Amino acid sequence: MSDSKNTANEKASFLSDLDQLRTVHPAWVKSIQTSYAAKFAELELPNRRMEEWRFTNVSPILRTSFRTAISPGAPATEETVAPFRYGNAAWAELVFVDGFFAASLSRIPSGLIACNLAEALEKHTDRVEPLLAKQVNGTANAFNALNTAFLQDGAFVHVTADAVVPAPIHLLYVNSGRSTDSASHPRNLLILDRGAKATVVESHVSADMGARYFTNAVTEIVIGENAALHAYKLINDSNEAYHLASTHVRLERGASINSFAISQTGKIIRNEIKTLLDGEGAHSSLKGLYMTRGEQLVDNPIAIEHAKPHCTSWIGYKGVLDDKSHAVFSGKVYVHRVAQKTDSNQLNQNMLLSDKATIDTKPLLEIFADDVKCTHGATVGRPPEELVFYFRTRGMSEAMALGMLTYGFADEVVNQIGVDEVRERLEKFVFDTYSPIPG
Amino acid sequence: MLEITNLHANVEGNEILRGVDLKIGAGEVHAIMGPNGSGKSTLAQVLSGNEAYEVTEGGFTFLGQDLLEMPAEERARLGVFMAFQYPVEIPGISNAYFLQAGLNEIRKSHGLDELDALEFRDLLKEKMDLVAIDHKFADRPVNEGFSGGEKKRNEILQMAVLEPKLAILDESDSGLDIDALRIVADGVNRLRSPQRSMIVVTHYQRLLDYIIPDFVHVLWRGRIVKSGGKELALELEAKGYDWIKELVPAGVAEDEG
Ligand SMILES: Nc1ncnc2c1ncn2[C@@H]1O[C@H](COP(=O)(O)OP(=O)(O)O)[C@@H](O)[C@H]1O
Ligand SMILES: [Mg+2]
Repeated sequence: MSDSKNTANEKASFLSDLDQLRTVHPAWVKSIQTSYAAKFAELELPNRRMEEWRFTNVSPILRTSFRTAISPGAPATEETVAPFRYGNAAWAELVFVDGFFAASLSRIPSGLIACNLAEALEKHTDRVEPLLAKQVNGTANAFNALNTAFLQDGAFVHVTADAVVPAPIHLLYVNSGRSTDSASHPRNLLILDRGAKATVVESHVSADMGARYFTNAVTEIVIGENAALHAYKLINDSNEAYHLASTHVRLERGASINSFAISQTGKIIRNEIKTLLDGEGAHSSLKGLYMTRGEQLVDNPIAIEHAKPHCTSWIGYKGVLDDKSHAVFSGKVYVHRVAQKTDSNQLNQNMLLSDKATIDTKPLLEIFADDVKCTHGATVGRPPEELVFYFRTRGMSEAMALGMLTYGFADEVVNQIGVDEVRERLEKFVFDTYSPIPG
Repeated sequence: MLEITNLHANVEGNEILRGVDLKIGAGEVHAIMGPNGSGKSTLAQVLSGNEAYEVTEGGFTFLGQDLLEMPAEERARLGVFMAFQYPVEIPGISNAYFLQAGLNEIRKSHGLDELDALEFRDLLKEKMDLVAIDHKFADRPVNEGFSGGEKKRNEILQMAVLEPKLAILDESDSGLDIDALRIVADGVNRLRSPQRSMIVVTHYQRLLDYIIPDFVHVLWRGRIVKSGGKELALELEAKGYDWIKELVPAGVAEDEG
């Protein structure tokens, strides 16, 4: 296949838009942007000669000259956004249209520190400056660097010590479908101070399921001592959209993250999550579900770093692959020498509904401590004939059996979702997608 | 109702059924007994349409129709039901949803209206009471995390809901304590009717104290080697399966195997 040749050509449109960037950020932000712009210019673009991108061909993204808007277009209307809200007035909702914060469409309950990042750079400098771009540092790929170079908008949420945010915070990214071949680089920073608790739902949607656009997101999350974050990410982009995202999480002593990453629609999706367990007794649970069809490519690279003793991590991703789609899963677990009593488990289960669908799945364990428990497993297959036969003896056709078994397989992830509105909407999606209409 | 003639069947190339002949009339209950490995489950699976089992000779008709070429789901719609010896677990699909879908497929094939979720709930509760299953099992994934006894009772519940014409119960008694056995037997007895025939496969005579059969057959090495009334079960219990070997014509015991 045509791997990227890393010609200047493929960076050209991004670099020219970077030149246009005239945001009025404070000097310390400008210097971050400038240094990452230089990094982007230097770094090799992801290609299949790189181990982490071996199965993930992003050349279609590089071949398209995506343009990044430097300022927001005309404001979007409520009608564009309404279908994607969850309809619960208790939720905070930060709406971004084509990458830009839409204040008039957003709702932030009083008492919650949440705003767009551009505003936070000015107003919450004391919290933002020590953390911004610090979680990604060193591990950045060219797309992460590009995101930082463009850094101008995204969500900022800060939950202060022992505060419990009573309802989910919805970060809603809407593509309006008004411009073609547009790129956006959302940048999120979530901070939970000691003992804080919050639920964040991040969804990516499009008003036009045929629109071609590129989302290049980076999220940094810092979870303080004994704080707990429930994070849901729902990728429901257009069928022609490209979505590359990296989420970097740092957990302090006794902190926990419970994450669900659900890939529904989008042409190429790569949703990377890296967790650093940086305090004793921290816990990371990362669950996911990818449902691929057509010629979709969905890649879920997961990396867990156990840097302190007595931490637990769980990775549980499931995939249902149909048609000629392709999924990639990698679960990397790195256990430092000091991280004794690490308990780390991972399981990647795939159901293949078509002979032409392919999955590349691999665990990678690097363990330098001697008193640890680390397990991993992966399965690939169709529902066992034995199960299908059981349905048939109860009067149901093979197609119906496969549909219900697929629904059941996927729903095992979905039904664990603790936010009713999210779970119900997803259950409907899974049901409509897989359960055949009887008759 | 069911007529099996000279039925031979293979599993993975091994001949397991070696010429089974059996006639079952409407409303009759036939017990099939035999030592482990004699082919009882194979017979049940072949009648239900499991394609892992290959019929090599002979065949069977049900209500006058040749079943051999008929897919399992069509046999079920016609009224054939098997309670599995080892029921499988179905992750993520609730008992209620599973059974409602099955029942509606069967109803549709008879030109009947489908039951909606509410109508089905009522029916399900009534049947659950019949086999003494807690209503909370309606929303649990099919058989998942059920104890051995709960799985067996769940099979009888399915029979009660689907109301088959021919029910094949494959060791529905194995692994049950005496209380659970009574519940299963009560459930089965309530479903006995002049229109419903049953094949009760069992390894032990015990179940037949509660489900009184009209006929008892002994299956051994893939053949029915002895048939009789309900007293045959007692005789078997008293004399053991070794007694059967002596009944078999010389040669049969050694010729294959
Ligand atoms: N699915 C199968 N695959 C391989 N062998 C089988 C299978 N089912 C049954 N058998 C073999 O067929 C024989 C009869 O088994 P079965 O019908 O289960 O006997 P029973 O139910 O009387 O104990 C045994 O030797 C068993 O090992
Ligand atoms: Mg058996």
